[in-house]
Amino acid sequence: MEPFKTLTSKTVVLPVENVDTDQIIPARFLKATSKAGLGSKLFADWRFDAEGKPKGDFVLNRPEAAGAAILVAGDNFGCGSSREHAPWALVDYGIKAVVSTSIADIFRNNSLKNGLVPVVVDKAAYAKLLAAPGAVVTISVEDRTLTLPDGSHASFPIDPFARYCLLNGVDELEFLLSHEAAITSFEARRG
Amino acid sequence: MKPRTMFEKIWEAHLVRPADADTPAILYVDLHLVHEVTSPQAFTWLRERGLPVRRPERTVATMDHSTPTTPRGRDGKIPILDNAAAMQIAALEKNCADFGIELHALGSDGQGIVHVIGPELGVTQPGEVIVCGDSHTSTHGAFGALAFGIGTSEVSHVLATQTLLQQPPKTLAVTIEGTLRPGVTAKDLVLAVIARLGIGGGTGHVIEYRGSAIRALSMEERMTVCNMSIEAGARAGMIAPDETTFAYLKDRPRAPKGAAWDKAVAAWRQLPSDPGATFDREEKFDAAKLEPMITYGTNPGMGIPIGGDIPASLGPSDAKALAYMGLTDDKQLLGHKVDVVFIGSCTNSRLSDLRAAATIFKGRKVAPGVRTLVVPGSQAIKKAAEAEGLDRVFLEAGAEWREAGCSMCIAMNGDQLKPGQYAVSTSNRNFEGRQGAGGRTFLASPLTAAAAAVTGRVTDARDLV
Repeated sequence: MEPFKTLTSKTVVLPVENVDTDQIIPARFLKATSKAGLGSKLFADWRFDAEGKPKGDFVLNRPEAAGAAILVAGDNFGCGSSREHAPWALVDYGIKAVVSTSIADIFRNNSLKNGLVPVVVDKAAYAKLLAAPGAVVTISVEDRTLTLPDGSHASFPIDPFARYCLLNGVDELEFLLSHEAAITSFEARRG
Repeated sequence: MKPRTMFEKIWEAHLVRPADADTPAILYVDLHLVHEVTSPQAFTWLRERGLPVRRPERTVATMDHSTPTTPRGRDGKIPILDNAAAMQIAALEKNCADFGIELHALGSDGQGIVHVIGPELGVTQPGEVIVCGDSHTSTHGAFGALAFGIGTSEVSHVLATQTLLQQPPKTLAVTIEGTLRPGVTAKDLVLAVIARLGIGGGTGHVIEYRGSAIRALSMEERMTVCNMSIEAGARAGMIAPDETTFAYLKDRPRAPKGAAWDKAVAAWRQLPSDPGATFDREEKFDAAKLEPMITYGTNPGMGIPIGGDIPASLGPSDAKALAYMGLTDDKQLLGHKVDVVFIGSCTNSRLSDLRAAATIFKGRKVAPGVRTLVVPGSQAIKKAAEAEGLDRVFLEAGAEWREAGCSMCIAMNGDQLKPGQYAVSTSNRNFEGRQGAGGRTFLASPLTAAAAAVTGRVTDARDLV
């Protein structure tokens, strides 16, 4: 995993609450056996009509959204299915951070394992982002802050281990494998 | 010693390493359930790193999500027409063969929905930590286990190390006292809980369902309740094991036998939360006040009593949901036209669900123009239902009797709604397009679903008894 220290990008704003992972990537695209190329199916039923043509009014299809790496979305983003295809699709599309007032547990865990930063901010900071779609903002994992267009900083919670993994590009599986002796002794203890 | 909740007891018993200021806990996993959709990439990563599966005997695989449920051909085989699904199914067969994992393959007697076969086999047991790359893993909490869904990266962690890195969640007691009225089911109970908590209301929490109404439920009903914990945002839901639990498990193929059984039951009796144990939060419900429930919107928290009014649009997200559902001008759901009825899924595909539906179908016909699918959760349920003639009740009524699988709950296996169609479904999610792009889902109990099938309308099943 690539280290993630800071990111400066314009935002794309999707002001919808409870965006579930079935919207992020519909189940019919989960028949793949690799994670490559899922970005083309991101938000498929919101981005494309039944004939596969882009819907012009969907935020990601607007010209000003091109190149935005920070997705700002409504409360409880990523709820529902545990499919890791959701962060895979976002990352493959070019999204590197999701900002919301809350983020569902499994989606949050899955995102961190793919270098996609889950940023939870308060309602005031969210309102500012909503009011300025496309604004350029900066996320610092080091400082746990989001710098808003008006120059103010919003802090966001991130547990020390998740922050350490993001900053250093640490893969959790390597970390677990390094505790092999503790796992073996636990198994011996339990019989 | 400080009184502990059941969650705390199970959590503490599985700590390879407790959480500290810098790192999450390392939690040991007793049972890892695997299916074809969320595992192929994890096996690829193991191969890339040259890693074996650490404890294949603690791993059980089946295929359910992308498998067709169409009736068998003359050769006794279930035809797979979708190339991508066929490749995914073949990948799981190869992965299980290469890594030494028990697989209940398509067409075999043990195949079924992953959350149905675990309890059937008796591998789901009280006190265990159970994970699966599927959010409805919470189902297994009905046995007094800590069971939760994980992503594919975590699937690879468990395959390789039998452990997971976990931050300790908070606890939420959902206490339901009293007696459910006739015609009000476990599905209605959990839809009412989700309607109150909201789709994100349980985020960060493990729910323990408690109280006399929960104690009175059968194991199948308890599984229905725990199954939908994730629909309130809670990763896990659990119910203390008791005589009902032990009676269900006794003599299951993988349950302990003889002296080992007695020893296991003695240990399981220590699991329930101690008197005086404290939860981070509690919500109380009166079972006698609950009604049959149905959802009107595009998340499972948007539920109402079946005779109730559709809430007026409160904000842009609610308006979006009502517009998608085509309900902007409707006051109620009762009487609303239905195109498809789906009875199945890890929520409601067990024998008692099929029996409940059959009480409505018996002596009636599916309404003209309505397509009705009845999909047993496992091959074992299919066989048991056929042994008592339930299949004939469904077929004579004009419903389809299918092979076991997730079917129209996830619509990635050929079973799906057409755009604009309305379905009453016993499954767990009414998200936009969940049952097929453009499809519109009302979630309800098997009784309500069967009542919709025979009337062609959203109907209070109590009016048909």
